[in-house]
Amino acid sequence: MRIVEKSQLMSASEIDRTIQRLAHEIVEKSGGTKHLALIGVRRRGVPLAQRIAKAMRGIDGVEVPVGTLDITLYRDDLSKVASHAVLQSSDISFGVDNMDLVLVDDVLYTGRTIRAAMNGLFDLGRPKRVSLCVLIDRGHREMPIEAQYVGRGVQTSDTEIVEVRLREIDSEERVVLVDRVEP
Amino acid sequence: MTYRFRDLLALEPLSADELTFLLDQSKLFQEIQRHPLKKLATLRGKTVTLAFFENSTRTRISFSTAASRLGADTMNLQAEASSLKKGESLLDTVYTLNAMKPDCLVMRHAASGAADFVARNLDIPVINAGDGTHEHPSQGLLDALTIRDRRGSIENLKITILGDIQHSRVARSNIHLLGKFGGQFTLCGPAMWVPRELENIGPPGCVIRRVSRIEEGLEDADVILVLRVQTERMYEPTLSAEEYILLYQLNAERLRLANPNALILHPGPMNRGVEISPEVADGPQSCVLEQVTNGIAVRMALLFLLMSGATEGGEGALADEASGAPNASPEKKESTHAAD
Repeated sequence: MRIVEKSQLMSASEIDRTIQRLAHEIVEKSGGTKHLALIGVRRRGVPLAQRIAKAMRGIDGVEVPVGTLDITLYRDDLSKVASHAVLQSSDISFGVDNMDLVLVDDVLYTGRTIRAAMNGLFDLGRPKRVSLCVLIDRGHREMPIEAQYVGRGVQTSDTEIVEVRLREIDSEERVVLVDRVEP
Repeated sequence: MTYRFRDLLALEPLSADELTFLLDQSKLFQEIQRHPLKKLATLRGKTVTLAFFENSTRTRISFSTAASRLGADTMNLQAEASSLKKGESLLDTVYTLNAMKPDCLVMRHAASGAADFVARNLDIPVINAGDGTHEHPSQGLLDALTIRDRRGSIENLKITILGDIQHSRVARSNIHLLGKFGGQFTLCGPAMWVPRELENIGPPGCVIRRVSRIEEGLEDADVILVLRVQTERMYEPTLSAEEYILLYQLNAERLRLANPNALILHPGPMNRGVEISPEVADGPQSCVLEQVTNGIAVRMALLFLLMSGATEGGEGALADEASGAPNASPEKKESTHAAD
């Protein structure tokens, strides 16, 4: 099995523009930012949430707290993955009770990550509302979960993988569609 | 860095990187102790068997609490009630326990090497909760985590261990762990409890000296590990309690000989007024209760590490989400496929 790049879905400047738009949408639809907070899902949801928060600062100086959530303890496939799961840190320094939380992740696919993330949030308290913001929605849901804020929807096949590469984590900044092909 | 083994039997074979990994993972589980809801469902449906062939209260409760906070169930075997009293061999007992299909065995036994022997005969992860005078790895880890939390680092410490070191698996696990981070040890106690062979048990390059006067032993110490006087391991009265108090009790006056910020650790249960005076046990340098709290985090990390993941198969850590990591192999993608 080889991995080949099929196409580029977003360039660095398109990612940037999309983040600006998502920030505007969240502020607009939330009806007040008083109780608003962003929760980045590890790993690539974290820099995305920070960038959206930064973009919000540019909109009337809105200051929104950002937390980080690791979903490892809440995964439903721990007994199926390669041995020895590794926990990463979560960092949510504000109380989530009665907050209007926006989960931020890079790709929405089966919905299982978001299911796990919601379980993680509810262990911390009772938020007033939880919504979801993703850079890419690639379909193939296995859970009744939808994103309220979508950077871009993409039609994909099951063998394809959407890779969001961000400069904070990867050596480059773009979104690509890759495929697994038999040699 | 991750962890190479199926079991945790001893700290001696672990590298500094692996030990750091275990401490870092434990650190993340400390956070969960502060959640309003402490119970996770991560290991729901899994069973941990706690087989304590030697009496234990705190270690057993600590493992049991750790298992329960991860959502696992526990089965308990207690020494007095066990069929060992009726003459069953250790191996027959663990085969019987294993036939109840637990997912992990935590065991304590009076014989050094017992956990290793059992692990070689079972196909589930085994955690050594103390084997004879050999090791008590989870205690070594929780001691190191406690020191690292207070001081910020476990590098190049001067550690004084007080008491019956000959019979102490806690001392050995501490030497094997802290010795890999440049720790220098002073072993201090009555001569019959601090035999010469202890000088060579540390990792390569680890300096271990023996002294018999406590005043000399405490000088310059960054960490003082006070051991319990273990009456159950002494087969004849070698030293009276009064003499021990006079010669070796850690009291406020003697503590002044150590580094002013020296930390005091005790694996418990304490004989208050014997090896440690009450004002020292309750003083600001004492870490005794932090050790207990950290014990849960360490044991949660160990149970999570050894009980998550497929029993056979893949190398290494969890692969990145299917959306992510350009470098992840297609096989790993396959295996984590269901998680987004």
